[in-house]
Amino acid sequence: MAGKKTLSFGREEASPLCEDKALSSGGYGCPEAVQSKNSVARVDAEGMDYRELNALLRSLNGNGVQRVEITHVYGQRYIGTDLDGSFDIDVYGTPGNDLGAFMKGPTVTVHGNAQDGCGNTMDEGKIVIHGYAGDIVGYSMRGGKIFIRDDAGYRVGIHMKEYYEKRPVIVVGGTAQDFLGEYMAGGVVAVLGLTLEDGGTHNARFVGTGMHGGKMYLRGNVRHLAKDVAVMDLEASDRTLLRCLIDEYDHYFDVDLHELTVDEFIKLIPESHRPYGKLYSK
Amino acid sequence: MKSYLEPNYIVERDDERCIRCKVCVNQCTYETHYYDPEDDAVYSHDENCVNCHRCVVFCPTQALTIRPNPCTYTANANWTHEAIRALKEQAETGGVMITGMGCDKPHYTYWDRLLLNASQVTNPSIDPLREPMELRTYLGAKPDRLAVDVVDGEVALTTQLTPQVCLETPILFSAISYGATSFNVHEALARAATESGTLFNTGEGGLDHRLYPYGDHTIVQVASGRFGVHPAYLDVGAAIEIKIGQGAKPGIGGHLPGEKVGPAISKTRMIPVGTDAFSPAPQHDIYSIEDLRQLIYALKEATDYTKPVSVKIAAVHNSAAIASGMVRAGADIIALDGVRGGTGAAPKTNRDNVGIPIELALASVDQRLRDEGIRNRASVIAAGGIKSSADVAKAIALGADAVYIGTAALVAMGCTVCQKCYTGKCPWGIAATDPWIAKRLNPDIATRRLVNLLQAWSWELKEIMGGMGINAIESLRGNRLHLRGVRLTDTELRVLGVKLAGE
Repeated sequence: MAGKKTLSFGREEASPLCEDKALSSGGYGCPEAVQSKNSVARVDAEGMDYRELNALLRSLNGNGVQRVEITHVYGQRYIGTDLDGSFDIDVYGTPGNDLGAFMKGPTVTVHGNAQDGCGNTMDEGKIVIHGYAGDIVGYSMRGGKIFIRDDAGYRVGIHMKEYYEKRPVIVVGGTAQDFLGEYMAGGVVAVLGLTLEDGGTHNARFVGTGMHGGKMYLRGNVRHLAKDVAVMDLEASDRTLLRCLIDEYDHYFDVDLHELTVDEFIKLIPESHRPYGKLYSK
Repeated sequence: MKSYLEPNYIVERDDERCIRCKVCVNQCTYETHYYDPEDDAVYSHDENCVNCHRCVVFCPTQALTIRPNPCTYTANANWTHEAIRALKEQAETGGVMITGMGCDKPHYTYWDRLLLNASQVTNPSIDPLREPMELRTYLGAKPDRLAVDVVDGEVALTTQLTPQVCLETPILFSAISYGATSFNVHEALARAATESGTLFNTGEGGLDHRLYPYGDHTIVQVASGRFGVHPAYLDVGAAIEIKIGQGAKPGIGGHLPGEKVGPAISKTRMIPVGTDAFSPAPQHDIYSIEDLRQLIYALKEATDYTKPVSVKIAAVHNSAAIASGMVRAGADIIALDGVRGGTGAAPKTNRDNVGIPIELALASVDQRLRDEGIRNRASVIAAGGIKSSADVAKAIALGADAVYIGTAALVAMGCTVCQKCYTGKCPWGIAATDPWIAKRLNPDIATRRLVNLLQAWSWELKEIMGGMGINAIESLRGNRLHLRGVRLTDTELRVLGVKLAGE
């Protein structure tokens, strides 16, 4: 893959990701201490409507509880929405659509698969999924991180953005489907290709359609790149960032990927941050 | 390539009146006027003139007149001057024709074929100068029925009411984004809405923090681009609006070019300076009514069910069926934007040919919701080409709870509807973000002009209602017996649900 001209878009200083406190201060092995047992709440969501469940979460959040374990989650939507600050939610089961929509702060760990719209317009916080995720992961996400152990659906990272210290990150352990990174305007998407066979190919088509900011890292062959993206060589800052993300993935999912070299990745960036600049007659 | 395009307008300067003060030179952002020191004269590049009248208004000696170029192509009902000019422009650029404001074609206005009723003999009219006249309007879902408990003669409401927003007059400022317009425009809209007891709508570019104090009079919009949408933004508004479409360009997205994204707009939209802001055509989490419900309830969850959620759609062929779905999806307010709705930029072909007139859409939506027994579950706001208080009264009689005004509000501030908003050079400082141009709009004066407009229209509404013998706007809402049509076909009358004048 030939290195193309370096485009400047957004801000190009050293990635703030590795200055992220969770990564730098705690080291990769222990990003955050477990909260004291006194503040852990356990919720059995069996038979609970999402309104009831989320109202309960808001009430616990408001009463100073810092960690909640929810069991028997069967498709309740919007878990993580409208909660304040540092709040850890462990979800056992399958949360419904829009997990963490408009979320600002909490950490949601899903012990199972997630459905569509995970991290929709998320502002801050973290979602860690021990399984698969559905379509439009991180739609218009502006900050925070989403880690998916296995595969994800269509339009992952669509229209995600970045703004100063807010630089969203999505890491998909396996592969993702068509329109990966569509309309992407900022942030980072990394697809590790762990569910592909060696030398395998991501099935996704139209990767990076309309992309005009941010970057994607992919391991594995790409079946169909959109015309809007350029394949670039990794720079030193990319290698550092990718290593951080892989190590963080290792940490969440208790795997050892230290043999995975960052050289196996390609980097995709937009050809232009003005893809439709010449569409008009004047 | 030599351009075959001729100037649209001719600048006429009365040399006897011109005092060479160069106000026109400085005021024109399109560089139409220039001063030649050797001749001590001011001349014009007519081809640059957009007929915005900024120079005409500010010329201290009334030396300027702008005339349409009389040199038109050979008269032809098919190959009109406008059509020939458009063809030449596209042949020279290969690009999409872009324009601003709403559809300028004459064949869509039904307001002018609807006439209002008044009381004569059999019921008394009311003098609004003498008697109370109620324009207050509440937007939001109303319950199907009210349940009360009566204990010891005390009546207590047991039905839990859904959130409502209160308007002192049934006129709101339509969505106009920060980015398409300047901060001063947003500030004036926010202050005027607050002073007048109504709401302004942020549009899809977020809300500058300096305007958060006006949150109780703000509708915060959530569109496909999700620019500047974060929990504090959702929390600060009195209502939230999901923008599906707009009347000026139904079905297509938007695009704020990077050169308009300066530091302040960057901060509000939360995107880097100088990057294009794309609003994709669809919201990618909404491909169905069920998905719309998902976003409506995501927003309700995000704000703990404390405020109504509006959904705005462009008026299109099957609006009535869509509106039914929207109500069932949980929308508390439905905003319908007709084909004459304005915009900062739209492809001309879409603007002038896509969508349907608001009058027909409004009538069919109101009727459909009534037929299905769900009209109470959502308020309806009509938008798109409301240009007078009479249009407001007719819209309410056709079934609207309130109306949005966008273009009318901009005209109140100084806009002359020259349709060049997309250039970013608006000489009136409205559709401009360049600080040098944007500062022309004084927010104090603009606020006053907007408040005056709403005050005038509110008085006129009261006069119209008084003439009908109605003392509350509620009695006019959906009251189509107060409308009669002229120059309308039977089918048009049927869709509008009104009788022909004389019937």
